[in-house]
Amino acid sequence: MTTAPVATATATERLEVRADSDVVRVRQLVRAVAQKARLSLVDQTKLVTAASELARNTLVYGGGGDVEVELVTDGRRSGVRAVFSDEGPGIADLDLALTDGWTSGSGLGLGLSGSRRLVEQFSIDTAPGAGTRVEIATWSR
Amino acid sequence: MSDAVPILKIGTTLLVSIQVDLQDDTALQLQEDVAERITRTGARGVIIDISGLEIVDSFIGRMLASVAAVSRVLDARTVVVGMRPAVAITMVELGLSLGGVRTALDVERGLALLAPEHESAEDVLLAAAEREAR
Amino acid sequence: MPAVAPETLAQTLVDHAPTVRAAWLDAAADELRGRTTRGELEREQTDIYDALVDGLRAGGTEVSAEAFDQLRGILADVSAARARLGFTPRETAVGMFALKEGLYALAGSPDAMAGLVPLLRLVDDLGLFTFETFASAREAIISEQAEQLLELSTPVVKLWEGIVAVPLVGTLDSARTQVVMEKLLNTLVETGSTQAIIDITGVPAVDTQVAQHLLKTVVAARLMGAECTISGIRPQIAQTIVALGIEFGDIRTRATLADALVDALREGRRSPAGVTA
Ligand SMILES: Nc1ncnc2c1ncn2[C@@H]1O[C@H](COP(=O)(O)OP(=O)(O)OP(=O)(O)O)[C@@H](O)[C@H]1O
Ligand SMILES: [Mg+2]
Repeated sequence: MTTAPVATATATERLEVRADSDVVRVRQLVRAVAQKARLSLVDQTKLVTAASELARNTLVYGGGGDVEVELVTDGRRSGVRAVFSDEGPGIADLDLALTDGWTSGSGLGLGLSGSRRLVEQFSIDTAPGAGTRVEIATWSR
Repeated sequence: MSDAVPILKIGTTLLVSIQVDLQDDTALQLQEDVAERITRTGARGVIIDISGLEIVDSFIGRMLASVAAVSRVLDARTVVVGMRPAVAITMVELGLSLGGVRTALDVERGLALLAPEHESAEDVLLAAAEREAR
Repeated sequence: MPAVAPETLAQTLVDHAPTVRAAWLDAAADELRGRTTRGELEREQTDIYDALVDGLRAGGTEVSAEAFDQLRGILADVSAARARLGFTPRETAVGMFALKEGLYALAGSPDAMAGLVPLLRLVDDLGLFTFETFASAREAIISEQAEQLLELSTPVVKLWEGIVAVPLVGTLDSARTQVVMEKLLNTLVETGSTQAIIDITGVPAVDTQVAQHLLKTVVAARLMGAECTISGIRPQIAQTIVALGIEFGDIRTRATLADALVDALREGRRSPAGVTA
């Protein structure tokens, strides 16, 4: 018998991102989980904003995909992790894509670089032709 | 015209009160609606009340800035009012600006900001006459 | 040793409940004399005992099992409550470990022998769990208090109708600056103020991060329709700002808080309503 971990990771919630209305749904889901994780209002707002940017990228550039959101805990702090995945064209030059103001379309080029500043943890897995996977997380204080 | 966001007319000012989480196509529709309403009503000012918005991301931010820019071209001035502190902090961190849009704490102050420009010729003359009479 | 079915363990606990519970209550009451009442302890122990039996009936063998969700919930609540009341970690865990005293009372009953060792182990794990949840509850309380202190140490005051000020004193770190700035922006809304003064006369030095936070606050306030003035910048800080190449651009700075106030009043008269973001 081992000592019980205090941690409990609740079930992962998954949403498809195929239309504008799905981006709204992602925001609402992330907000609900962020409240459960007891993030401060500012941290909630930052996380939801980042999620909105990333879900829109999934839709617009990734040609649609899905988002997984979960409440996580390390036994001491709780947090929210969200993963945005698509099977679109991928990003050839990641450094460039992460530059403030760079856009291949008609955006402001702030989605990726900005959302990186809004969350605690941020990582991207992408390659040309292999889709894009962005993972973010923010923890309660 | 969508009715997700009501546009009210108060005197020569349009009041756009965004109370719901806007999806992108609704935001674009709103942008068109405002421009159309300005020309139709001859409004000289637009107040966009975003006190109901829980976030302003790059898309909504861009929409607000373009409503202001289009209004300017149509000879109407825009004031964005009621941004929540958490939203403002987040926008700054995101790196988003509103590109020179006027802002005010609430609708009332937004109206005050637009007011002087709205005085009709009669208003100006009447006020002057009243001052004289006193 | 052959594993004893959890169902059997539950039955042992039910069959011997009076004996076990009496010894448990005595042991715990002994340890916690003066900290809590016997009646309270008894109520608490009833909840724990019932949840333990239920968990075993549902097939639970390890504390982390889903079958023990309810039990863990009860223990977490008890620990958190104790942490709040200022119990020591020992005083908190001892209530659970005292159940072992109750189990030792079964040593003479042949039908209970097989279940004794697994039950003792389970109680050990429950005790440890209690200890862990106590520790994390304690930490949460401490960080809460630290945050409250932070808030208290940074008063945002209303100077005049429509004008709020925050006099900063002492060393500014990034965390504190962030708290202050958030509070300042909230106060603008609460008091309906369109002018804010951040006075840093009492701040000996700033680093890049803190300067950046100040700057961001000014920009955020403008997005909300309010204007910030920074007053009382010491010569060294001015040097730092320039040396760091931080763009203070069109941010209004004034020598003293008084200057800033006069200016804000003047500004309030000129354009009472808003700003350009
Ligand atoms: N999921 C994705 N798949 C493929 N390319 C992507 C993906 N996400 C981002 N990109 C590329 O990275 C660029 C930068 O993305 P970012 O979100 O920062 O800006 P944007 O979407 O162009 O504008 P904004 O989000 O500010 O409106 C995009 O223009 C696009 O070329
Ligand atoms: Mg984008």
